Amino acid sequence: MSMSATQTDLRHAVYDLLETYGRLLDEDRLEDWVELFAEDCRYEIVSRENREQNLPLSLMLCDNKDMLRDRIMSLREANIYNLHRDCHVIGLIRVEAGERLAASAPYALFQSTPEGDSRLFSVGRYGLELVAAGERLAIRSLLVVVDTGAIPTLLATPI
Amino acid sequence: MSATIEGAGGARYIFPEADCSRIPYGMYRDPAIYALEQQRIFHGPVWNYLALEAEIPNPGDFRVVAVGDTPVIVDRAKDGSLHAMVNRCAHRGSIVQRSLHGNARVHTCCYHQWSFDLTGKLVGIPFQRGVNGKGGLPTDFDKSCHNLQVLKVESLNGVIFGTFSDEALPLREFLGPLFTHQVERLFSKPVRVLGYQRQRIFGNWKLYTDNLRDPNHGGLLHMFQITFGIARLSGTGGAKMDEDGKHNLSWAAQGGRPAEEADKPDAGYGDTGRGDMNIKLRDPSLLRYHKEFPDELTLAISSVFPGACFQQIGNTLAVRQIRTRSADEFDIVSTFFGYADDDEFMARHRLRKANLAGPAGLVSMEDGEAVELVHRAIVRDADQHSVVEFGGRGPVRDQENLISDVPMRGFWMHYCRLMGITPGATLPVAAE
Repeated sequence: MSMSATQTDLRHAVYDLLETYGRLLDEDRLEDWVELFAEDCRYEIVSRENREQNLPLSLMLCDNKDMLRDRIMSLREANIYNLHRDCHVIGLIRVEAGERLAASAPYALFQSTPEGDSRLFSVGRYGLELVAAGERLAIRSLLVVVDTGAIPTLLATPI
Repeated sequence: MSATIEGAGGARYIFPEADCSRIPYGMYRDPAIYALEQQRIFHGPVWNYLALEAEIPNPGDFRVVAVGDTPVIVDRAKDGSLHAMVNRCAHRGSIVQRSLHGNARVHTCCYHQWSFDLTGKLVGIPFQRGVNGKGGLPTDFDKSCHNLQVLKVESLNGVIFGTFSDEALPLREFLGPLFTHQVERLFSKPVRVLGYQRQRIFGNWKLYTDNLRDPNHGGLLHMFQITFGIARLSGTGGAKMDEDGKHNLSWAAQGGRPAEEADKPDAGYGDTGRGDMNIKLRDPSLLRYHKEFPDELTLAISSVFPGACFQQIGNTLAVRQIRTRSADEFDIVSTFFGYADDDEFMARHRLRKANLAGPAGLVSMEDGEAVELVHRAIVRDADQHSVVEFGGRGPVRDQENLISDVPMRGFWMHYCRLMGITPGATLPVAAE
């Protein structure tokens, strides 16, 4: 994917990326999800409360890909968390192809228990910075600003 | 003989043992118990953590917090003094201050525009005299009888506590020397607030205060540090309490396991499949501790009765406040902080290290699940009991190891005193 691609191509590529993003998380393919990120990347979940007060604290912060891999390995090997399945509903995507390729989208994330109880777990907005990675796009940085700052139960799997 | 709770709901739950080594399930689920707790615990002779002075540095600055489930405003008046008042209009009982934080000259209720100064005094009532002699309040209405309900406030090194009770001991006596020292240790110099984390847990708040006083679960439920070979339940640590046993310091010190054992599985875990660490983190920088206190403590979590927790996990510093919502729900609101003189490296290190704590914390996320698992399962059989015997029965004493839940009993014995419960009849002989 080159930056000289047409706007339409870019838009399609961003849509594909976010579709894959939500689906991999929903299918618990967390290791594959990590590979959507560039080697030099940042993933951060921050509450709107902190954001609006210019407070730097995150809920989750991985400022390199190894930290992201460690997070996932920890979920697999060490952590105990609520048994659930995710359902990401990603809303209309805004693509901004300037000097850098950026995108943003609102999301709603539902969690369901094995018994089929569903609840709204989180709503908020993704802000992405993307880079070309061969034939596709990779996530250089993803800032998740969560409106649902009172995290229900706990936050284990990525948003 | 066994004790019962009188009052709301009549005789209820039996604590069969005087040392609170059995806790009736009903104590965690009963709305009548919850209501009584608001009165006797949170509004009782205790000091509740409210906020940090660093959050309200200037006159007029305020933050909205809660004591138990009572909404409270904490602010700084024009003369710099600190005040706390119930965020409930003296007129119709509405929330007065709707903003979470800000700067105000007065707190004005949006419903009928009654306004209260920064000390909680009623200063303004629109149309008090009516219009052209018609309407308005009776001429003998005495404004001075309709102030906001205030809490007594004390600050210790910039940490603001409040109490509803005239019977609370002075703050330092309530904390006792150990916990006064722990608060002073964390707040020995000006702090900078880094941000907040909120977690809503669908369980009873005391399951969380129990959890804070149960070092035994640390190395069994929270496996991050063990899986990645950083800490062990068999490491150096323990629990210390105040004279009443109501507060608890869970601590661990630098060093942990002897180096020669660092790579060996820990026999104590038996065949649970845990405690067997051969996995390495790709980026272990997260776990580094940069010594910043004069002592050797790498973990110091002071749980102050009833609902506060002052936390050092390595270089991750925070205050947690439990805000109850019902018998079945509470929030943990954490205020993370660093020091005003942190350099750029330390500021970044603290923010990265915050990954360890809070609702998404690599070493803490499990607590939300554990509390909910218990709360769900104890919905029935209110007279059956939770078992608290790790570390022995009988009197509550400091523990020089982590395989203990003795501090939990300390909490409950004090809780029962305030609630008017006399647990058990005969004190069992202490296990040696």
